[in-house]
Amino acid sequence: MQAADKRNPSEIPGQARRGDRPPARVTNERQRSRATRGPTISDILLVGQPNVGKSVLFSRLTGVRTIASNYPGTTVSYTQGRMRSGGTNYLVVDAPGTYSLEPLDEAARAAVDLIDESRRIINVLDATHLERHLPLTFELLAQGKPLVVALNMSDEARHRGIAIDAQALAAELGVPVVPIVARTGEGVRRLVDSCLALPAPQEHRLDQGGHPGHHPHLQRPPHGGVRLPKSAHRHLDRDRVWQKIGGTVQRVQTLSHHHHSFAERLEELSIHPLWGSLLALVAVAAAFALVRLLGEFLIAGAVGVFGEPWLELPFGTELAFERLLGPLLARLSGILGAGGFLHRLLIGTLIDGQIDFMQSFGILSSGLFIPLGVVLPYLFSFYLVLSLLEDSGYLPRLAVFLDNLMHRLGLHGYAIIPTLLGLGCNVPGIMATRILEGKRQRFVAATLISIAVPCAALQAMIVGLVGQRGLGPLALVYGILFAVWLAISLALRFTSREFRPELLVEIPPYRLPSPRALAAKMWMRLSGFVREALPIVLGSIAAVNLLYQLGLFEALAGAAEPVVTRLWGMPREAVVPLLVGILRKDVALGLLAPLALTTKQLVTGSVLLAMFFPCIATFVVLFRELGFKDGLKSLGIMLAAVFVTGSLLNLVL
Amino acid sequence: MDRPLTEMEAGQEATIVAVHGGRGMQSRLRSMGLAEGQRIRKLSALALGGPIVVLVDRAQVAIGRGMARRILVRA
Repeated sequence: MQAADKRNPSEIPGQARRGDRPPARVTNERQRSRATRGPTISDILLVGQPNVGKSVLFSRLTGVRTIASNYPGTTVSYTQGRMRSGGTNYLVVDAPGTYSLEPLDEAARAAVDLIDESRRIINVLDATHLERHLPLTFELLAQGKPLVVALNMSDEARHRGIAIDAQALAAELGVPVVPIVARTGEGVRRLVDSCLALPAPQEHRLDQGGHPGHHPHLQRPPHGGVRLPKSAHRHLDRDRVWQKIGGTVQRVQTLSHHHHSFAERLEELSIHPLWGSLLALVAVAAAFALVRLLGEFLIAGAVGVFGEPWLELPFGTELAFERLLGPLLARLSGILGAGGFLHRLLIGTLIDGQIDFMQSFGILSSGLFIPLGVVLPYLFSFYLVLSLLEDSGYLPRLAVFLDNLMHRLGLHGYAIIPTLLGLGCNVPGIMATRILEGKRQRFVAATLISIAVPCAALQAMIVGLVGQRGLGPLALVYGILFAVWLAISLALRFTSREFRPELLVEIPPYRLPSPRALAAKMWMRLSGFVREALPIVLGSIAAVNLLYQLGLFEALAGAAEPVVTRLWGMPREAVVPLLVGILRKDVALGLLAPLALTTKQLVTGSVLLAMFFPCIATFVVLFRELGFKDGLKSLGIMLAAVFVTGSLLNLVL
Repeated sequence: MDRPLTEMEAGQEATIVAVHGGRGMQSRLRSMGLAEGQRIRKLSALALGGPIVVLVDRAQVAIGRGMARRILVRA
């Protein structure tokens, strides 16, 4: 995780310096995996319930970009960054959102560990729902750490006719209370000032003798300087706390009447049993159509969703590569001479005497075109549509709607969020399974993503290759993958009788996505792809070319031939692409292109490649998230599924 | 009359009188603001036995049907 220290030492982010951010330091979606491996000791820890905007505040403080979305659980682990103020560096940590310090789920356990390792705490509350957020505040007060309360979304509260007397609240709690709007930076400077003004211990000790933050009404943790087991001092007298919260809210908050807004009407409509279901269908269909429309436009300048495009404009990455890189490579090809070693490595094989960016397979031709010309445009349009769904707040509603269906498959409605993310890239998808409760849920969801959810890179290639044979074969590939997804989830459901926790989630209000947050999120996701995927694509194309020329693949192909040709009905040459799929699936599918496959073989090949070994990045994340034993189990399920599907397709198609 | 949340009409208001469940479930519900004495409004019961959506403290919460069956309310 990178810190962004380019700020002028005297600068603290705030409204005065809005828009003046250090250059993008990308954290990608790969946050630190385990809180226990945590930072040494954080100077400032952000704690709050899910979806209160901690991540937005964190970005404000540190300049580190993080993924923020309008649904709970976006920050599944913690993120750290550095804030500079008055010439001193402060380590700021953003804890995962938690409703309570009772360690019921992983997020809460992580937060509790982080609190023990912190000097000061900023407790972020949602000003529009004070009474729902104060229970956590009281639990934090009982920890005896220096604490400031940040009342976030105070603009939205004003807008909804909710007035909160921050001074009265501060008096009630005995700690400073600062209203802020993390989205715009309003009040953030004051928050930082009052946080740094807190007396912070040099070492972490639980007893903070006489710091002003201590609440007089609450019993002090029954210890003095000695650390007790975590659970011992974290249970408060619940009923007393709830009574107190009711009283506090009544004294500090005034509600005035306000009219129903358009967003609220839409909220009602979207949870209506009938209209909401229709809306869900329309939304999902529109999202897929939009991804395809935008993707095809960016690649080929074609406007259209199905079949022949309605309109073709001189635009797109295909044209750009042909016009700009084409002539250069043609000249290079002339110099190197077709058939030579360097020619095959850099430019690849000529197709009908021409360089074909899709099929030539040199490092400079297909190596650049596949990731940048095909995959990136699709990833762009996919993440744009997904981010809109995330930030508007529609995604959690979709999850609630699908909960019942997903339950029949042994999954939680929220499993739809990691699954949709997996359609972009399996890596963040599998990481996002942490928002699910229970080890078993995570195992099932992660396994399903790694086997049956094709990432955007793979889909871009499937649409490009299989789509040439018509809409039918393309629909067949998606249909088969969906059937595999269903079959595996049902099979897993019936092999386990484990209790599946029921859905219980807060549905966030609809919010207009902020273009700035949207742009930051897109940038993080896409630049992460370019940085991480491009080297692997170039490397794997180089490796494949070398192995080809050394004749190594011939030996491998011989060994795998019986299964691939007899059982799956694929040509012998398909062994290589299947092996390359372990590195990058999009590249592997590109290798199938010049093989002159029948439509049946192409459909089978695409499905098998999608299911076969996850690409190297997914593989690593899968093992990291599930652990070695469950990772192996997941791979076993994958191999069995590939074997069965391949054989079935050969028989049935 | 006390009845489960599942049998309440959508659009009606009621007060929670009891939550039948273990400590884990009680505490999960409570962290969402759903506890005895809390006034709620049922907004919707989703199709095909899907979750129940209620308004509690002006926030929408979706509750799985099995859990909702164990929440007793009084009009």
